[in-house]
Amino acid sequence: MALPAYATIGQRIGYYSFITYCTLVFFFLIAPIFIILPLSFSSSPFFEFTKEFMNFEPEAWSLRWYRQMVGISSIGDTTVVSDKWMIGTRNSFFIGIIATLLATALGTVAALGLSRPHMPFKPVLMAILISPMIVPLIITAAGMFFFYSKVGLTHTYLGLILAHTALGTPFVVITVTATLTGFDTNLIRASQSLGADTTRTFFKVIMPLILPGVISGGLFAFITSFDEVVIVMFVGSVEQITIPKQMWAGLRQETSPVILCMATCLVALSIALLTTVELLRRRSERLRGIKQR
Amino acid sequence: MSQVQSSAGPILTTDGIPLKVSLKKAERKNKIRAFLLVLPLLAFIVITFLIPIGDMLARSIDDRQINTVFPKTFEIYKKWDRKGLPSEEVYKTMFFELKESEGYSIGKASTRMNYSKSGWKSLLKKSKRKFKKIEEGPYKEKMIAVDKKWGDPEYWLALGQMVDPTTMGYYLNAVDLKYDSNKNIVQQKENRRIYNKTWIKTFKVSILVTLFCLLLGYPISYLLATLPMKYSNLLMICVLLPFWTSLLVRTVAWMVMLQQKGVFNNLMVMAGLIADENRWQLMYNQTAVIIVMTQILLPFMVLPLYSVMKTISPTYMRAALNLGASPLHAFYKIYMPNSIPGVSAGCLLVFILAIGYYITPELVGGKDGQMVGNWIAYHLKTTLNWGLCAALGAILLAMMTALYWAYNKIVGIENIKLG
Repeated sequence: MALPAYATIGQRIGYYSFITYCTLVFFFLIAPIFIILPLSFSSSPFFEFTKEFMNFEPEAWSLRWYRQMVGISSIGDTTVVSDKWMIGTRNSFFIGIIATLLATALGTVAALGLSRPHMPFKPVLMAILISPMIVPLIITAAGMFFFYSKVGLTHTYLGLILAHTALGTPFVVITVTATLTGFDTNLIRASQSLGADTTRTFFKVIMPLILPGVISGGLFAFITSFDEVVIVMFVGSVEQITIPKQMWAGLRQETSPVILCMATCLVALSIALLTTVELLRRRSERLRGIKQR
Repeated sequence: MSQVQSSAGPILTTDGIPLKVSLKKAERKNKIRAFLLVLPLLAFIVITFLIPIGDMLARSIDDRQINTVFPKTFEIYKKWDRKGLPSEEVYKTMFFELKESEGYSIGKASTRMNYSKSGWKSLLKKSKRKFKKIEEGPYKEKMIAVDKKWGDPEYWLALGQMVDPTTMGYYLNAVDLKYDSNKNIVQQKENRRIYNKTWIKTFKVSILVTLFCLLLGYPISYLLATLPMKYSNLLMICVLLPFWTSLLVRTVAWMVMLQQKGVFNNLMVMAGLIADENRWQLMYNQTAVIIVMTQILLPFMVLPLYSVMKTISPTYMRAALNLGASPLHAFYKIYMPNSIPGVSAGCLLVFILAIGYYITPELVGGKDGQMVGNWIAYHLKTTLNWGLCAALGAILLAMMTALYWAYNKIVGIENIKLG
């Protein structure tokens, strides 16, 4: 959508104000995320840009909050250094990875079934399977709190893993079903007619084709679990710290700049995951022969 | 044609089975196979997700907490004509059931009794302690001597609300109504009417957030859909990165932006637009909730809009312009109607997600920005009034289900796209 050479003044004004408006919206979307990055290197204990910091005075810049994050105290540190952030990191990865593996396995198999041409009750099933993504987290958390406390799953890692798996599966179902649209079923027949059994067909023919979808679904499931705090708060015990829970505690009680350091790390993680998913999507489109415009 | 076939008898397979039967059999086999693939996940979701939700719904009408503590009292209580004070027999069974009950179950029951009339909790606690010394009747007089609340018919009438094992009381509470002592539905007292306000506020915030998302999202989706792929891919990252970034990180970022000594206020002071001493109060109010939620939910508006706009052929607009329409008129008559499916999909999705928000209002909303989700959490962990918590949740869930159903009808749930 470029401006044609014959555009009138009014059209020019309209066009440029449109571009300016869009730039501002993109700025609104992206700026808050990047504003915290420099601030995490500030030595000030508050979330603010001090004058010294803006003038690049060396004392105003430091890595002390990063040191605190990994549990090392700096010289002259008055605030208490805790290893909670590292415990949280370990727990987050532990819960996230297991939940992701479970969600990916269950979701992929279900998506294969849902994409079959003769699937009965498909709309209803789809609506049920996607519902964990739609129902507000606080309602899910309340329900799980009531039910899991009856069966003794509260305050256990198993309970948290099961809950996060349930939350992650819709993403896997959606991405894998999307990859399976336009899947050439003749490939399966070809494989079977050449003598491969079902398992072999799955791993040698279907899997390589849907793998990009499976991996991006898995990454979505992982980030969902990694970012989830409401269920961890209500179903988990006080000792079960995860990164978002520690951030939440940090925001409610002491506003320590360590939060900004962790936030910076999480932004880096999300950039890495986004890039991976984007590359996978392109690869998948190439594999399935969808042309880029 | 069909007549010719039927006169010649049904077509048979080589095994001599009619083709139709054979086909049906094969199709059924396929159906069962497909279903078996979905079954593990379905079972998993039912057990870990749907049953808990059902449990919560059951809790919203459950009123057995107290029936299990005073079963005999309630049996006799039902015969009482609700005039004056109950008979000696009611007092006697109450006395023994209270005396012999465990402290834990009494605690639970008295909490419930306190919801229908405040004062019950302290009355039971005090009485249980003092009843130990009483050995024999007449129980009515001795109980009233322990505490004169036992002689107040109001307390006995309040018990009547709890006779049935189910109650609609929590739902009434959730919309600022209650049962009076004769089981008529009446309004809550003026100073206790908080939920209707909260519902209205939740709707107001959700509608405003949806509206702002549309206002901000429509132009950039248009830009993304009409730019050449190599530019739009790059700009798409601006939309997808927030989508991938932790919700808490984004909320923290907004706290840095909006607080009194935050970036926004600093810039305004630097530019000389506001004085240093009267910086704007942008955090901990409803405005903050709306700003932050708009930014957080914007990607959910842009993605469906973009995927619909991508399918609108640019030749339509060119044709309209060619036929003499002004750009604005062409946009209004051609482009906008074509993009309506995307608009409805985006708006519904954003509204559905906004209405149940909890984290953001909790962190940036202050007192003024609390939504229904926050009250659910409050009753869940602070007041432990789980019946009310469940009733609020159930109402919210019913609204969500209606919207979700509409979304499914209009957009089709399988058309949700991620990235």
